[in-house]
Amino acid sequence: MMWLTWRQARIQTLVTAGLVAAFAILLLATGPHLVTLYRDSSFATCHRGCDQDASNFLNQLASSSPYHLIYLLGALLLVLLPVVIGLFWGAPLIAREVESGSYRLAWNQTVTRERWLTVKLGVLGLTSMALAGLLSLALGWWASPIDHAAAVGGSGGFQERFFPTIFGARGVVPIGYAAFAFALGVLIGLLIKRTIPAMAVTLAVTAVVLIAMPLAIRPHLISPVRTSVPLTTADIQGLTTSANGTDLQVLAGTPALPGSWVLSNQVTTTSGSTNLGAVPAACQPSTNAGPKACFSALAAKHLKQSVTYQPASRYWSFQWLEFGIFLTVAILLAWGCFWSIRRRLS
Amino acid sequence: MTALDARGLGKQYGRRWALTDCTLKIPEGHVVGLVGPNGAGKSTLLNLAVGLLAPTTGTIEVLGGIPADGPEQLAKVGFVAQDAPVYPSLSVADHLRFGAHLNPGWDAGYAERRVDRLGLDPAQKAGKLSGGQRAQLALTLAVAKRPRLLILDEPVASLDPLARREFLQDLMEAVTEHEVSVVLSSHLVSDLERVCDHLVVLAASRVQIAGDVDALLASHHRLIGPRRDLAQMPAGQDVIEAHHTDRQSTLIVRTTGPVLDPVWMVEQLSLEDLVLAYMGRASESARSRRPVLEVQS
Repeated sequence: MMWLTWRQARIQTLVTAGLVAAFAILLLATGPHLVTLYRDSSFATCHRGCDQDASNFLNQLASSSPYHLIYLLGALLLVLLPVVIGLFWGAPLIAREVESGSYRLAWNQTVTRERWLTVKLGVLGLTSMALAGLLSLALGWWASPIDHAAAVGGSGGFQERFFPTIFGARGVVPIGYAAFAFALGVLIGLLIKRTIPAMAVTLAVTAVVLIAMPLAIRPHLISPVRTSVPLTTADIQGLTTSANGTDLQVLAGTPALPGSWVLSNQVTTTSGSTNLGAVPAACQPSTNAGPKACFSALAAKHLKQSVTYQPASRYWSFQWLEFGIFLTVAILLAWGCFWSIRRRLS
Repeated sequence: MTALDARGLGKQYGRRWALTDCTLKIPEGHVVGLVGPNGAGKSTLLNLAVGLLAPTTGTIEVLGGIPADGPEQLAKVGFVAQDAPVYPSLSVADHLRFGAHLNPGWDAGYAERRVDRLGLDPAQKAGKLSGGQRAQLALTLAVAKRPRLLILDEPVASLDPLARREFLQDLMEAVTEHEVSVVLSSHLVSDLERVCDHLVVLAASRVQIAGDVDALLASHHRLIGPRRDLAQMPAGQDVIEAHHTDRQSTLIVRTTGPVLDPVWMVEQLSLEDLVLAYMGRASESARSRRPVLEVQS
């Protein structure tokens, strides 16, 4: 069975592994120089109040070309990998056999179809997880100076690792994604029984899940921390008012929460309402009272800045939690494959 | 030992019954022809026998076991599915490796000799083989796993007459060499009559008749005589098919004893005539929705 599994999947496996290896080589080739840049930066030796040094380091990286590109490419590849695995490893696994009729040959050898499925799911599922794990490990190692600096003060297009676009490209989560996408592809192939439609549906479902996860599900996995602090003049980044001057909105800068994932950042009244009431006269464009008068008028309103966020300390809890969720779903999908290979195809 | 034992076996697809109330017992050690028109339920029956389908009603046992129920059962039965599916992207040699890896009882020497004798190029991709070569490759895989029963679903349907004859000759050689029982289906009696010693006629999703070929031929006759009302036939003579002209009746009857009535001219039936008579009766009864077996008095 191992021979057959390898013989039938070797093209997809070699192409995918080749892409992963090519990117890993790129990381290995550029990583040492990135470490040197980091060591030479003022950020490496800084101990307190380092946000400026961090941002200088990141801006320097952003301007010296390949690093930002590789950083983005890495994030993209780690999202694409599960999609590729679901599409080219998972969906055709059974759909192609059913479509060509060769399952009638395969399932009449001296191997039960359950064992046939166990070996195929096991070998290819674990291989896909290993590939995702290796890629994540390599990228995590390569990007560690960047992630370290971005946690202190993101700048130059680099985000902290808790940020949605980066979160899924670090740690153990990509392994869960790969397992999920593979099992999903296999089950969809088994149910649809035709390769191309199965690939299309797998693509759509994987994309929806990977987009919905950071937007709708991940923020609520652990209930976020809410803080409410008095709004200082220094935090105010801008004011907007409606045309008739009745609706005041105050934009506040992101609070300094290193490495955290800020979910919302609002300016509220003392009672917590986001309706800030009428615009103070001093702030009306028509009165032309100057910023100082406007700020003191705002201070008189005792506004508060209300922030909800996931603190940096929860990063690994989120990683393992999301990994666990995807792995559990993958196992359920695999169970669905075993269930339907007996029932649906007979 | 019973090669195949079906009891009240039925298979329903959606609202259509592909096989209805099939009760059939085939002893081991025979070459059994399963014949019937297209869509009669032949493939359904064979797929039930190898466990690729699950019955809707009834039970089926093959060589005393439930089809596809564990490796022992799978090892006992060799199957060549309709259209002889193979892996198009795998070479002939890969297919032999496939057989060797997936079957503990694999007879590598036999498989290699056979491929060699058939003149198949081991490096050739199976997708580029002709229909006949593909069927031969599939048969090689099925025989080399050394089963006790070979089940072949329309193995010669896609072959030209010459390839048909070669395939069947080859099959018979394998049968005598390995003492394997065979069930093979076809919609053409001519394919089967050369090789089969047992026959099952399946039509309109039901088994019409089953039995030893010689016994079947001995118990069926064509009677030609003056026009006769079928109600006046003696007991023990089942009329399978009847043609009447104004003055003459031509009947195909099944009878256990000899036909004694001197008005009849009694003729031997060919296997094809026999099968066609049962098929004709099945389609007629399906049209008129009468029960298949009528009691003749």
